[in-house]
This record gives sequence, structure tokens and C-alpha cells, in this order.
Amino acid sequence: MIAFIIRRLLQSVLVMLAVALVAFGLFRFIGDPINNMVGQEATMIEREQLREQLGLNDPIFIQYFRFVGNAARGEFGISYRMARPVADIIAERLPATLELAIISGTAALVFGIGLGVYTALRRDGWLSHFIMSSSLIGVSLPTFLIGILLIYLFSVYLQILPAFGRGEVVQLGWWSTGLLTSSGLKSLIMPAITLGLYQLTLIMRLVRAEMLEVLRTDYIKFARARGLSNRAIHFSHALKNTLLPVITIAGLQIGSIVAFAIITETVFQWPGVGLLFITAIQFVDIPIMSAYLVLISLIFVVINLVVDLLYFAVDPRLRVKRSGKGH
Amino acid sequence: MTNDTQTPLLSVRNLRIEFPTRRGVLVAIDDVSFDISKGEVLGVVGESGAGKSLTGAAIIGLLEPPGRIADGQILLQGEPIHNLPHAQMRKIRGRKIAMIFQDPLTSLNPLFTVGQQIIETILTHKDISEKQARQRAIDLLTEVGIPGPEQRVDHYPHQFSGGMRQRVVIALALCADPELIIADEPTTALDVSVQAQIIALLKKLCKEHQTAVMLVTHDMGVIAEVADRVAVMYAGRLAEIGPVKELVQNPQHPYTKGLMGSIPVLGADIKRLVQIDGSMPRLTSIPKGCAFNPRCKQVFDRCREERPNLIATGKTHAACWLYDNQDKNQDNQGNDQDSQDKREQTA
Repeated sequence: MIAFIIRRLLQSVLVMLAVALVAFGLFRFIGDPINNMVGQEATMIEREQLREQLGLNDPIFIQYFRFVGNAARGEFGISYRMARPVADIIAERLPATLELAIISGTAALVFGIGLGVYTALRRDGWLSHFIMSSSLIGVSLPTFLIGILLIYLFSVYLQILPAFGRGEVVQLGWWSTGLLTSSGLKSLIMPAITLGLYQLTLIMRLVRAEMLEVLRTDYIKFARARGLSNRAIHFSHALKNTLLPVITIAGLQIGSIVAFAIITETVFQWPGVGLLFITAIQFVDIPIMSAYLVLISLIFVVINLVVDLLYFAVDPRLRVKRSGKGH
Repeated sequence: MTNDTQTPLLSVRNLRIEFPTRRGVLVAIDDVSFDISKGEVLGVVGESGAGKSLTGAAIIGLLEPPGRIADGQILLQGEPIHNLPHAQMRKIRGRKIAMIFQDPLTSLNPLFTVGQQIIETILTHKDISEKQARQRAIDLLTEVGIPGPEQRVDHYPHQFSGGMRQRVVIALALCADPELIIADEPTTALDVSVQAQIIALLKKLCKEHQTAVMLVTHDMGVIAEVADRVAVMYAGRLAEIGPVKELVQNPQHPYTKGLMGSIPVLGADIKRLVQIDGSMPRLTSIPKGCAFNPRCKQVFDRCREERPNLIATGKTHAACWLYDNQDKNQDNQGNDQDSQDKREQTA
């Protein structure tokens, strides 16, 4: 078990190093960073001085290790456009994105699993058919379109929810939260639905398919033959086995909720890191772009690690057999 | 049965199971009747698809839709159970009738320890404390011959070998002291060396607990070893039923003869084993008359027209027109006769 965790941690570090390499490469591929920093009238000597000062004349790998070292401490340099440390800018924006992602991710999981189980157990009910057909909307409509439709319906037509922004926020230390004010909560509803709908329908369809599969297995038949109650069979025996493969997909989906909040944040002008990233692209603000890249990869790596550990907790077959022989 | 003071434990009467499909109704089990007395082991043999497992599933009320009991009755201690609502049938499952499935590797839930699964089953049927249930679980594991039950009770199924898992499955079936165990090919998925152990165990336990067994298998060796009586099924119908000794040594129905002839006998000087030509008809194209008639070597006109019922032929009952010459009126009383025979034997 511990060996496994160490191995996985090492793998994670390798992945992060590779990502850091790409993020580091951004600076070089998008042109000479000096050009972005100095004015047009700077002389060659001034440029050379700055180059030396920033360590850009050092061998590539030394520069890379310096980048990694800084990144590990959360330092990604200074935003070209806003002339402030990137770390500060991201720290300001991160709570908005995380709140949105956590709320919509939780909703997607809870409703996805709930509806998935329901539609699997009442396979032929009209409500199940209705849920299954409407879930096609969630899978097939693009996120921005759902957002725009919601804005049209609730903000323009019914005028009950704000069309953009985060509403009022309360500052809790460095964390700014919109969950404590009514305007903040109202503002959260539509972005959360927009962001989580795809994940919800995906998880629901996955849970349903897995559950139907599990209900056909011999051990469920045997559980019935033993006279166990339907509740015990469905929610203890079947659900636990259903969730095993769902954990992987759900984990990745939760990761992508954070990563791809970009579109939702753009549609709703949500002041999170996704919106920050889009603006950074428009202005070729490379330090922010590379920091975002590293941050998102970190979130994915952490989620994958958690998924692997969850597998251990849920599936006894993966645990090391301490008792020795199987006979 | 009418003049019997004792009703049989299980009585299947004219059972008919249908599968409605888009292209019409398939009759998977047609007019099958048999009894099982208390403590008796009834072997049910036949080829794959003959309806052996389906009959077992129907008895325990686990027919998978769209399969349904279209006609006939299943009586447990004289009470009909084929039309019970789910909630009531659930109380019979495990408590009165238990089932053992073919593949022990897939019969146990991989995410729960065997102890959890046994205790859960005990607590479903018996009103005892969890601690007592755990003790009983350990006792059961001891009884089915699992070494070190105190530790093994907390192990997961994947930590057991195939044979050991089937022992666990048997322990699970015995949890609530059922009257009848339906064992659906309990040894087919096991190593040959382990098969004998499991069969011996099943035989021993059922004798001790006075549990009746409906042993579904296509292994005649297993049948000869443990069964008291044998029912031979073919294309969803009973071909022959009778005491194991008579049926093995002196089969009457041409199909049973073929089955017995196809078993190699050590030391016997036979050049070739008997082979039944052709294969069992699909459910969609069961021939008119006797279902076996296209493959039968002794077929005559009547077989192609009329369907035979069970006819007494000495010690066994066979569904074959060859034996109709003695008494034309004697039909379909085979089972009652049979169980009587059996009781006379044991008496």
C-alpha cells in the first residue's frame, strides 16, 4: 500500500515536471521574452543586460530547473499586462472558479448517481424514459449554448437571475466567497447548471449502464436467491460495484469541470481563473498562461491520485493480501 | 398422491414456462411434473438448453422476464408458491428454498467479506444478534470444511480458491436451514479433483440437515453418486424419471439409453461409444409429437403425431410410445407413482 502511494507520487511528480517543461517552453516558442518586456527604443546593450539579469543566457536546463524551482514555490513571475505577480492574480481569482466547480461538481455527482440508479431500477417507467431522453440534451448541446439559453430564459425573459458576474462576495481571509450572500448564491445558479449539466448527464448514463450490467451478474442473482431485501441488493450490493468504474470517469470529469470552466466563465463573465486565462491568451500574457497550465495539471494529477486511493479503499482485490495464500 | 398422508416437500404440476418474443411465444418448459420428498436428492439431467436451470429458477421464483409461468403449479409443502407476490416469495427464498449457482467465482460479491455476506443473510432470516450471527457464520464455515474459519470469515472472496468459494456458497445456502436446495450445476466450473469433494460435502450436509436437493447437472457421474431419483429432460419436457439405480442400469426411453450409452465405462470392452445423431431441436422448431422423434432410432408413426406422456415402465416412467402397449389409460400418473415407489424404498 505505502509502496504503491510512493510509486504513484513519483509518477505524479514526473507528470508535473513534463507539464512544467511545456509551460517553460511557452516562453521560448512564443518569441523572445525580452521583446515583450523592453520598449522598442531599447538598445542592444540594454537588452543584453536584461537578458543577463534574468538569467536567460544560462544553459537551457539550468533555466528550466530555475523555472521549476520557482513554480514549486508558486512563483510564476510577473504578468506582462497587469504588472503584478502572477501568483497574486491567480490567488484572487481561484476561489471563484473553485466555488463554481465544487458546487456544480457535487450537484453533478449527487444527481448523476441518483438519477442513474433510478433509471436503472425503473428501467421501463415513463419517468425513466423521460429522464433518459432529456439527458440527451445535456450530452449533445454545447455548453455555451446552454448558458446563453439560460441567460435568455431567466435573465432576459423572466428577469429573476443575474446574467453575469458573481454578485456580492464576502472576504474570509484571502478567500472571497459568494456563498454567503443571496446575490452571490443567485449568481451561482446558472453558471453551476451550465458547467455541470454535461457531467451530470454523462455520470447518470454511465451509472445507469453500469448498474444494469451489475444487476445481471451472478452475485446479484445469488443475493436474490438468498432472500435479501431489494434495498440491500440494490443499494448495498449493486451500487457499490456500480460505483467502482464510475469513480474513474467521475474523477476525470470533476477535473475537467475545473479545467474547462473557461467557456462557462466567459459566457457568464465569471471572475475566475478561466476568464483570466482567456484574457491572458488575447494579450499573449505568457506568465499567466504557463501558470494556468501548471495549475490545471496539478489539479488533474491530484484528482487522479485521489481516484487511485479511492479504488484502494473500495476494492479489496487491490489491497495487498497479507494473509498469504489464496487457498 | 391422493391416498398419501404425507404431501411431498415440493411438487411441480404441469409446469409450462413461456417466453413471449416478437415472433411469437416460445415454450421453454412444457407440461413438466415431478415431486421431491423431504431429504430426497433429485437429479435433473439433460443437454444444455433442455430447461433444467429454467425449472430451478421457476421454483425459486427467479425467472428472468420476459420468461413467465404460463400454466401449472409449484407447491411447497402443499402450498402454491408460483403466484406469490414478491415480498412473500422473498421470505421463502433462502429460508425454505436456497439455491447454489454454477460458478462460485462469480456468485460472491467481490466487495464484501464472506463473513459480511453470510451474516447479512442470517440476519435477513433469523432474529438474532449480530454477534450470534457472526458465531453462526464461523460455525457454518467450519461445517463446510473451511480451515481456520475464525480468520477466513473476514476474508474477501478473491482470497479463496474456486473450491473453497463453492464451500462458502454452500454455507450461504445453508444459512437459514432451508428445506430444499436447488443446486444448479454446482461442480461444472470446478476442477475435477475438487468436484468430488464438493459433491461429497453437499451429500453429507444434506443428509445431516435432512435437506432435499434438486441437483441440476449434465454429469451422469455426479447423479449416480448422490441422487436418489433422476429426471431426464429433453427440449423442455420430461423424457424419463425414476430411481437412480434403475434409470442408470436399465434406461427405458431411447434418449436416456443414448445418454447412458455415451458414458465410457472403465474396463468394458466397447469399441465405440453410443452417439445420438443430430442435436436437440431449438425452441422455435420443436417437432410435432415426441420432441425426440427425429433423432430416435425406434421411431414409428405415432411418435410423429401424438405427444407421449409419462408411462410406467417397470421401475421408471418414460414419455415414450414404445411402452404404451400395456395399458392405454395409464398416463401421467408417473410422479405420484414414483414418489410412492421411493417412499416404499426408504421405508
